[in-house]
Amino acid sequence: MSMTLTQGKRLAKTRSDERITARTFIEPLIYLLPFIVVVSVFMVYPIITVFLNSFLEDYNYLANTYSGFGLGNYSALFSDKEFVGALQNTFIYVGCVVPISTVLSLAIAILLNKKLRGTSIFQFAYFLPMVTATIAVGIVWKWMYHYDYGLINYFIQVLGGEPVHWMEDPIMAKAALIIYGIWGKLPFTVILFLSGLQTIDEQYYTAAKVDGAGSKKILFRITIPLLSPTIALVLIINIINTSKVFNEVFALFNGKPGPGYSLYTVVYYIYENFYHEMNVSIACAAALVLFAIVFLMTLLQTAVQKRWVSR
Amino acid sequence: MKENGKTGKVLIYAALIIGAVMMVVPFYWMIITAFKTPEQVAQMPPIWWPTSFLTENFEYVLSSGEFARYIINSIIVAVISVSLTVLVTILTAFAFSRLKFPGRDIIFSLFLGFMMVPFELLAITNYVTIVRLEWIDTYRALTLPYIANVLYIYILRNFFLGIPDSLYWAARIDGASNFKYLWRIMVPISKPAIITIVLLNGIDSWNSFLWPMLVTNEPEMRTVTVGLTSFVQAAGVRYERLMAAAFIVVIPMMILFAFARKYIITAVARGGIKG
Repeated sequence: MSMTLTQGKRLAKTRSDERITARTFIEPLIYLLPFIVVVSVFMVYPIITVFLNSFLEDYNYLANTYSGFGLGNYSALFSDKEFVGALQNTFIYVGCVVPISTVLSLAIAILLNKKLRGTSIFQFAYFLPMVTATIAVGIVWKWMYHYDYGLINYFIQVLGGEPVHWMEDPIMAKAALIIYGIWGKLPFTVILFLSGLQTIDEQYYTAAKVDGAGSKKILFRITIPLLSPTIALVLIINIINTSKVFNEVFALFNGKPGPGYSLYTVVYYIYENFYHEMNVSIACAAALVLFAIVFLMTLLQTAVQKRWVSR
Repeated sequence: MKENGKTGKVLIYAALIIGAVMMVVPFYWMIITAFKTPEQVAQMPPIWWPTSFLTENFEYVLSSGEFARYIINSIIVAVISVSLTVLVTILTAFAFSRLKFPGRDIIFSLFLGFMMVPFELLAITNYVTIVRLEWIDTYRALTLPYIANVLYIYILRNFFLGIPDSLYWAARIDGASNFKYLWRIMVPISKPAIITIVLLNGIDSWNSFLWPMLVTNEPEMRTVTVGLTSFVQAAGVRYERLMAAAFIVVIPMMILFAFARKYIITAVARGGIKG
């Protein structure tokens, strides 16, 4: 009789882990407490307030006063020449940097994946921009773009061209920003492609070579189709990242959005509005517009990907 | 066929070398300029290898004392940020993988959705929060808002989920509490994932610019990146000094990369890095 009782107790004890008691909630809660506090204050709360703030009219965040609730900020945003310009500049930047850096990165990754001698030196060279601060390297690029003493104009002249006003001419400034952006995005993209390439089974290449396929055919019939999930991923990540371009502009143009304020990007516009002009609700509306655009592009991208990606 | 392979190899090498040179030239040019005199800087055609290397520019940058302060700040911020982030990540990942509570996986996938929200969107209202809390110019403001990183938690949780259950039950039979099991067994096993998080977070912390710029006003609270931009405004067109300052900001990460290249590349492939 006593035997069965203790046995029963033991059974109950081992099963207590699966039963829902106060402890089931309290223990995880203790582990999750720091996470919950930080996420609620610095993530959930701001997401809600960004959304709400964007509808507040004449909002003063220091006094916490506003005159009304409506779509005024959004209509003000789209009638603001600077914001429309910022959208255009951001689109041009994303539209140039993402395709060019993707194609270049794919080429570099395929070459690096051949596992020739000196790979570690090449890796060091190609991946260095990834770990170095955009803001510091941007100042180096600004120096290279210098009209009189910059390396880039020097090479242009060596090749018989005319020196370019990279930092002063609005159109060339855009080009300068894009070139620097491509250079900066390469390392991360190459790394993603390299890890994608490593998942391709060596047998495909062996079989293709046995069949006598040329390297062009191997590239377009094997490598690129099998790499399509990685290509889709790279496009999504790069679109998201490049649409937030800010540090590059800040570094190249010394804390101004380009020559004659011609190079506003959306994030630069947001920064200028809430930090310098104290227009928090306009900044919130602009941030939500950016988020909506990026989100839609990602959706579009995944929809296209479903039709196109072979795996 | 063999002939073809050889010329192919030469072409590949040529392409890789040209590309590598283009990637490295800005760094080379930064370092060389930092060792030049103002006269040498303004010389055309440019001097690729100066006859003497001047250390005056570095002395100038560091002598004002402010830059040394920026470096110390960045180190403090990186250490606080990395240790708190790792702590929060370990505790959270444990709760979401080992502990059982109703709705656990649904709640976690909800949090995963937060990865979609860009940092810039949060920066506006977080800045307002920091102003209201009167945290401007504090280490709290520089570190606390970003110690709960969903991506890092995701990486570590996946690692934790790969640890066999039998280990857990063995430890429980030996009388170990959940807490003991986490620190004595799970954390040591998960070293690779934790190193990944430390590297990604350390690099991001050192290089971050927008947030530290927003929440610091006083020069003595600036981090290196913010300090660098204010130095640019002060030094103007003295490019040899600017390059010396940029070099000081960049060199710790270059050294780290030279030694931990393989770890960093795997870490980035796994988790990505902020631009």
